[in-house]
Amino acid sequence: MSPVLLEKDQFVHGIWAESARDLEWQPGRPLNIGWQCSDRLCRLGLGEKPALLWEDHQGNARRYTFDDLRVLTNTMAAYLRDEAGLHPGERICLFLDRVPELYFGFLAILKMGGIVQPLFSAFGDDSLWTRLDNAGTAAVITQRKHLGKVRRARERLPELRTVVVVDAGDLALGPGELALDLERRERVERFAGLATDPETPSVLHYTSGTTGQPKGAQHVHLSVLGQALTARRVLDLGPDDVYWCNADPGWVTGTSYGIIGPWANGVTQAVLDAGFQSDRWYAFLEKYRVTVWYSAPTAIRLLMRDGTELARRYDLSALRHLASVGEPLNPEAVIWSREAFGRPFLDTYWQTETGAIVIANLPGMEVKPGSMGKPFPGVTAAVLDARTGEPVTAPGRAGLLALRPDFPSLIRSYWRNPDAFAAKFRNGWYLTGDRASIDADGYFWFVGRDDDVINTGGHLVGPFEIESAMLEHPAVAESAAVAKPDAVNMEVVKAFVVLKPGHAPNDDLELEIMNTLRRRLSPLAMPQEIAFVPSLPKTRSGKIMRRVLRAQEWGEPVGDLSTMMEE
Amino acid sequence: MNELQKLVRDYVVREYLEEGDTREIGLDTPLISGGIVDSFSMVSLKRFLEKKCALQIPDAEATPAAFDSVRTIVELVDRLGGKGPVG
Repeated sequence: MSPVLLEKDQFVHGIWAESARDLEWQPGRPLNIGWQCSDRLCRLGLGEKPALLWEDHQGNARRYTFDDLRVLTNTMAAYLRDEAGLHPGERICLFLDRVPELYFGFLAILKMGGIVQPLFSAFGDDSLWTRLDNAGTAAVITQRKHLGKVRRARERLPELRTVVVVDAGDLALGPGELALDLERRERVERFAGLATDPETPSVLHYTSGTTGQPKGAQHVHLSVLGQALTARRVLDLGPDDVYWCNADPGWVTGTSYGIIGPWANGVTQAVLDAGFQSDRWYAFLEKYRVTVWYSAPTAIRLLMRDGTELARRYDLSALRHLASVGEPLNPEAVIWSREAFGRPFLDTYWQTETGAIVIANLPGMEVKPGSMGKPFPGVTAAVLDARTGEPVTAPGRAGLLALRPDFPSLIRSYWRNPDAFAAKFRNGWYLTGDRASIDADGYFWFVGRDDDVINTGGHLVGPFEIESAMLEHPAVAESAAVAKPDAVNMEVVKAFVVLKPGHAPNDDLELEIMNTLRRRLSPLAMPQEIAFVPSLPKTRSGKIMRRVLRAQEWGEPVGDLSTMMEE
Repeated sequence: MNELQKLVRDYVVREYLEEGDTREIGLDTPLISGGIVDSFSMVSLKRFLEKKCALQIPDAEATPAAFDSVRTIVELVDRLGGKGPVG
């Protein structure tokens, strides 16, 4: 049984009831995110309004209305069900760059009752296989440039029946591989989407922890109540906005606020399928007259490096609201954004498991630069004493950041791992894994992680996954991966490596290990620095003491070493 | 392309281009904004250049703009007095 506690009454009275009314949903009725984000809006007369303004790095641009969104998601949903032979409840992975088919595919899978499993297309072989294997994925939708990785993974995935390639062209496909040319396909005007119960699993995002492989955070269709309401109240989205969320839908921000939140509100989204370049981003903001921009501290700090002058060369006068997520927004970035854009980036806090923003600087609220803000109405947050598990009452005292599990977007479990989810609860609180404090005015302040997970550029990377992949290298005897401070990404991965006898440290080996990790896992998991060491600090029972290495990197006290094994 | 430009181009193709990606990498192909090399992977490219060209690239110089094409990368190496390719 899920530890999430929701009462029917919450959707009749109070803030979540307001969201239910906006989405024309009543408790006891079906709820489907795919339908909410397309058909419902056309029924409200928004069919001709632009839904997606898309552009790639070469300047190729496409424009889709909400009616296009409705019909193209119908077309893709019918294809997946009737031609690809996929069924409700099956996991269907989107392994795509930010091409239009990614956005249509997301809603199409939900419409036909499937569970969407979006994965970051830069994932390497091991990261891809681990997540597909855990989810028991039935199909992967991809593009030809990523097909090699999918084919290699499929060799060891008996449950993976089908691979759909959206740009196959003249490419020879093998057994179980299908070509889908969505633009040329006859459009499906009517599709009887699945009338899903609100508690039906919708999206499976994988998130990393300290131990074990990444876990699938199991979201449900009811999450749209939280995503839609926070998109309006926190991101301040309204009917006349053009909105840009520069997160990749391989991560939760890119789906909760890069697909569901804005489209459930009928808001026009601009999407840029290109890597980071300051001038390119400013040109995009200018061209599409973006009014609301949801970004991340890492991107903001990269923009800061290129200076205020560059920002001022572009007409960014349409921008009226800026928000940030992924890691704490440092005060310098808040102050710089005031200089560069005439307004501050407002920090928001949430995580894969919460599905939607839970703590934020709301529009109109006094901003304390560097603070996470205050809990969103309808969310109860506290800082718990690590020893007692009771809320800390003294202002400024750090503890475990915890949430009451009674808001609709919280995940219901980890996929095939309910015990791991149950372990996240204490005294009826959901533990975020972060540490924070609350000041006398009720503002929350991020302190750090409560575990060994590395937050790099707003993405969580688990040390276990890195250390496991590292062991596959023939020269590595053992290793430890820890967070190292970084001016742009807040933290980056640093690896401490003990080599096997017969191998000597050198530049070639360092580069080879780095590239091996990048290919097997992802660029995020690639150590940005490798230290070759003769041994690793361990407990007497032989467990690697990452906290000792981490403390050295951060210049912090190493704490209790009484359990450390002597050399 | 000169020798160093070819070296950088070949390294990018070998290490960063996915096997199904048929894009030709020329002197001015956008690497960062084109999504071929991301900001995290820039570190391994930086290490490669430092090793092959016997130089140190200060972090402040290792910007997405400086690493956005084979041409700008080689210009950066030249400006910093890189010897390359060596070894």
